[in-house]
Parts: sequence; structure tokens; C-alpha cells
Amino acid sequence: MSLTDYGFYILCATAIVLLATQAFTNPKDFFQVTIFGLADGAIYALVALGYTMVYGIIELINFAHGDVFTLGAYIGAAILAFFAGANEGSFVVVNVIALLLVFPIVMLIMGGINITIERIAYRPLRNAPRLAPLITAIGMSFVLEGIMFMWHGAPTVHFPDLLPHGPGFQTTIGGVFFGFKDVFVVVAAAILVSLLAVFINGSKLGKAMRATAQDRDAAQLMGIDINRTIAATFFIGAVLAGAGGMIWGLYFNTIYYNLGFRTGLVAFTAAVFGGIGNIPGAAIGGLIIGLVAAYSDGYIGSKWTEVVIFGILIGVLVFRPTGLLGMRVPEK
Amino acid sequence: MSTRPAGKRRSLLPPIRFRERMRDRDTAIYGVLIIIALIFPLATIFATDSTFLVSQAGHAGTFVLLAIGLNVVVGFAGLLDLGYAAFFAIGAYTYALFASAQLQASPAHHAYHLPFWLMMFVALFVAAAFGAVLGFPTLRLRGDYLAIVTLGFGEIVPQLFFNFDQWTGGINAIGGIDQPSLPAWITGPWAGANGIAILQNFTCKPFWASSAAPCYSFSFDPIAYYVLVLILIVAAVILVTNLHRSRLGRAWMAIREDEVAAAAMGINTVTTKLLAFAIGASFSGFAGAYYGASFGLVSPDQFYFVVSITVLVMVVLGGMGNITGVIVGAIIIYFVLNSLLPSLPSTVESFASNIGLGFLNDRNGDWPGLAGETQRLQFLLYGLILVLMMLLRPQGIFPSRVREQELKHAAVQEEEAVVEMTHA
Repeated sequence: MSLTDYGFYILCATAIVLLATQAFTNPKDFFQVTIFGLADGAIYALVALGYTMVYGIIELINFAHGDVFTLGAYIGAAILAFFAGANEGSFVVVNVIALLLVFPIVMLIMGGINITIERIAYRPLRNAPRLAPLITAIGMSFVLEGIMFMWHGAPTVHFPDLLPHGPGFQTTIGGVFFGFKDVFVVVAAAILVSLLAVFINGSKLGKAMRATAQDRDAAQLMGIDINRTIAATFFIGAVLAGAGGMIWGLYFNTIYYNLGFRTGLVAFTAAVFGGIGNIPGAAIGGLIIGLVAAYSDGYIGSKWTEVVIFGILIGVLVFRPTGLLGMRVPEK
Repeated sequence: MSTRPAGKRRSLLPPIRFRERMRDRDTAIYGVLIIIALIFPLATIFATDSTFLVSQAGHAGTFVLLAIGLNVVVGFAGLLDLGYAAFFAIGAYTYALFASAQLQASPAHHAYHLPFWLMMFVALFVAAAFGAVLGFPTLRLRGDYLAIVTLGFGEIVPQLFFNFDQWTGGINAIGGIDQPSLPAWITGPWAGANGIAILQNFTCKPFWASSAAPCYSFSFDPIAYYVLVLILIVAAVILVTNLHRSRLGRAWMAIREDEVAAAAMGINTVTTKLLAFAIGASFSGFAGAYYGASFGLVSPDQFYFVVSITVLVMVVLGGMGNITGVIVGAIIIYFVLNSLLPSLPSTVESFASNIGLGFLNDRNGDWPGLAGETQRLQFLLYGLILVLMMLLRPQGIFPSRVREQELKHAAVQEEEAVVEMTHA
């Protein structure tokens, strides 16, 4: 163990001790903040997975990913608007059916869009100088934001409030309030992440993705269709981001065209925190960053949250560059 | 008796070899740029009867300086810096804090009015110091980690300037920043009260003196700033060109191409990369001081991630590693962002009415009118321009010659490999 490792553990330990004191002195507030953090973190985890998978396989910081997430929310809002109306905020069978229908539709649409983006903007540049795809990623991010701006303009957009809330769907345990929405967000994210884990570890395509991430040339020599595998990675990343956008919309009920920028950067931090290229790392990193953001909002003040999050990003990279779980160190 | 044949007589002057020089692309570009730079103020003032375009050009000059500096980091040393605006902010705030009344209201209770010419170099060193402090722990890491650290740093710095509002004014920005001025003994036809003067009579109180003395102030004359930024750019280009050709420049390129091989050749990779990072940051600090002075107002939202990205786009689009390419890239992107896209709505509107589609210009229900619609399109268009330009010329508009050769070489090798594979 090196000196920097000790630094990392000391920092983590300090943070945990400080939070534990808060938990003992004022448990009610602490657990309330924790619940907010978990719900946020679950969404960050879904977005972070897309960043980490794409980075793992082609070493591209996909700046457009945050906007794919937002576009998912926009498309979801547009489709759900057909079902909304008098049913908002109540528990009706129509809402359940609507959600069960719209979730897969939005996820598939986003997957298709992301594959198209990869085909147009990244694949032709795979052998170009390394910064070229980064610039097209930024360009695609502007394009997506531009499309959403054209669609609804700068003001915030209402996302149909289809999840039940109000009396009967919320409870307080020991003074800590939580509702159906909080549970829904965490459970939905957990289901999606487990499905992804099963897919990556169990399926043939998942195996191909892992092989391509390890060594593209060797994978190609083994008969893996690289283009198809990379396209599949983009597809799955966008499926998760689209679901994340839907969940964000259902939870907060407000979306705006450049939502993906900040969310994307935070989710990217989460991916780095967990160890970029590492899939369980991104999920855990997302949760932790969500919690950190919530604690920072609650105890330090929301204007410092960004400083705290990006300070953590720098600290992690200085003290532990491979991230929390980082096993994979791309040396190419 | 001399036996030397008449035809081989040596001339006293070295041969100019004008045609040969013209064939050198960079020299030609420099020539064109200098001529344009000299004619530009005359032509635009004559044509439009205002100095608006000159002030725009002076502002564009800031971005040219930034692009030249980022090129040292990204183009020469191959380090990806996604938070370059942070150093720009540090430079601008260094000047703004110590050359305005801002610190009077802060806990320091004393307004400093240090001269621009001093603060320009202070800002340079402050930015370089921050670059070194940030780079020292992170440059030992490889490649993309630096990009991510700088990204985080670039997000933190404006937020800090925002949060420490006791000192920096936060969202209220720092206004009323001192204009640069020349002491009265540097006089000439450009200063005073005559017809062609660009520096105005003024009184300044030097920070060491107790009373004010006459001096020549830049005031808000766009032409004065234009001249200043031209001088700064020329100085920067000379400096960077010499650095590029120096031992250090070769070391940067060696590291860019293969870090392990460079280390094996005896290059101290950490120090060399740290120098690239700090020198790049220092240009940004320098540009920041100029920006603060010429704009007269500094606020945190002028230094967000978008600025870092814009400068990076200028460098990559112009041609990484090539100074002329980077300058041209900066000018083109600045033009697209600040002139082409904002003027598009009115252009489209008049075009539509000229070809008989004038009814599209009116607002009608959901249709915001052609101008409004084009206004909304700007984001999308900028994104499309970036994607298309990168797809068409991934190596940039004027790539560095060395890079170009390598790319060709790689392409040839790839083709050969394909041929071999098909024959096998």
C-alpha cells in the first residue's frame, strides 16, 4: 500500500466519521437526506453506466450521453402526454399500463438514436486522431440540445406526473418521510442494473463486449464483429440513459433542454469514481455521488455541491486513479 | 587575380528566395494574416464608419491567444486539457481584483490599482503556478485522467469565484476595471489630442506615488486594444515558435508520440509535461488579464465549460500542433460563433422576402416566424458544423506537417496491411 492509498483511506474515513456524527446527533434529518441521495444516485448510476461502457470499449468521453438521457425524458414526456390529464398523481390502472408500455418504447427509440449517432459521428473517425471523435461528441451534444431547444424552447417542460403520491402512497418511519416515488426510482434502477449485469456476464454479446474492451485487435482476430459490438454498447448505454431520463422525469416532473449537461458531468464523475470502464463500479459510484451531493446540499449548502463533487473527482484521481473498484487499467 | 567565375560571385545580402518562401505554407499564411491584420481596421472603419468590427476583432484576439496557449498543451505535448477556461478565469480575476475598486468592499478594505503592464505578468505567473499545482500530482497519471482532472478543475474554479462573493462580488461581477495606460514620457503621434491619436490624455495615480500625474489611457478605444492584442499575439507566436523548435519542444513531441520511448531516451517526462501544462496555463492567464482590461467587466459565467470547449474546438479544428492552423481555426470559429450564427436570422429573413417567400417571416400561431425559427436553430447548426468539419477533415484545416506525414504513413501502412490480408 502506498502513501496515496493511505491518503485516500484517511479522507474516506474522515468523511464517514463526520457523517456518522450527524447520523447520531440528528438521525431524522440524516436519513431524510439519505433517501433523497439514494433516489438521485440511482439515476446517476443509470447514466454513468453508459459513460463507463463507451469509455471502456472505445476510450471516448461521450459528451453526447447526457443529452441522450435528456432526449429520453423529452420523448417519454411527449408519448406520456397522451395518457396524462385527469389521471395525474393518482393510482389508476391506465397509468400502470402506460408506464409499462412507454418505458420499453422510449428505451428502444433512444437505443436506435444512439446507434445512429455512433454510425454517423464516431465510426468514421475510429482511426482518426484521438481528439476528433471527442469534438464530434461535443458537436452531437449541441445537436441534441438544439433539437430539444427547437422542440420546446428554453422554458422547462412538464413531465406527466404518473406515479402515485399523496396519502396512502407515502409514509413516515421515525420522522423520516418517504413516498412511493423514492422506492420506485431505486427499485427500477436496481432492476435495470441487475439485468445489465446478467446480460454482460451471461450473454455471448456481453462476452464479446468485454473482450473488445480488453483488446480490440485480439477480439477481432477471434472473429468478433467489432462494429456490431461497439454499436451494441452504444445501444445498451442509450437504453439505460433513456430509462434514466424517464425515471428522472417521473421523479422530478420537470425537464429542460440542457439538463443533460450537468447531469452528464456528474454521472461521468460517478463513472470515474467507481473506476472508469468498470460496470459495477459505475453503479456504486452513481449511488455514492448521489449521496455525496445530497449530504453536501443538506449540510454544506447547495452552492458548494458542485465544488464538492468535482473536488472528489480530482481527489479520487490523485489518490486512487483507478477509482473505487477500478481493476481495469487501460494501457494502450 | 581572382579565378572565381563571375556567375558564382557572392552577393552581400543573403538571398531572399521569395518564391521558395512562398511555397512554404506557414510563411504564406503568416504573410496573409499580417496583411489582413493591418488592413482590417482601416477597411472596416472606412466601410462601416464605426469601430464595432475592430472591437470584435480585439475580442477575437483573446481567443487567438487562448488557442495558441492551449496548442502548447494539446498540440505539442499531447495532453488533453478540458478546463482551460479555469486558468483564463484565474488570469482575469487576478487582474480584476488588483486593478479595480473591488477589494475596497472586501475584508481587505483596500483598493489596489496596480498597472496593467505589471499585472499582465503577475496574472501569467499566477496562472502558471495554478497549472503547476494542478499538474504536479496528476501528470504522473496517464492520458485521459488529466483530461478528467482538468474538467473537474474547470468546473470548480468559476464556482469558487461565484461562491466567495465577499471577495469577488460573486454573481454581481467585478466592474470598473482599470484600463491600461502609458506614462506621459512615452509620447508620439498616437497619443495626445491630435487627429490620429488612439490614446487619450488622462491622469493616473501610479501605485507607488501619492499624487496623480498625466498619462495616456487606453480608455475604451477599440483600436488601442486591437493594436495591443496584435502585439501580444505576435510576441506569443514568436515565443511559441521558438519553444517548438527548442530542446523542450522536441521533448514535448517525443512524449506526445511515445511516452515510454521518450522516457527511455532520457527525457524527464513529468517535468517536461509539467512545463507544457504550466506554459499553456500562463498564456491563458496572460489572455485573461487582457480580457479583463479590454472588457472592463469580469464575472464567473464568462468562464464556464463552454469556453474551454470552444478553445479546444479552435485548436483541433485549425490543426493541432500547428501554430498557423490554430490561429486560423480560432478566427474561423470566433467568426462562426459571434458573427455568422447571430446574423443568420436577419439574413434568412431578407433572403426569404427577396425570393417571394416573405409570408414565412410573419409569426403565425406556433410558427415563430422565419427569423425566430433560425434563431432557435443556432445550437443545432453549430453542432452540425462541428460534426461535419471533423468528419471532412479530422486532422484539422492546416495540420502540422509532421502530423500530416505520419497520418499519410499510417494510411499507407494500413492499405498495405489490407492488401496483404486479401492476398493471404
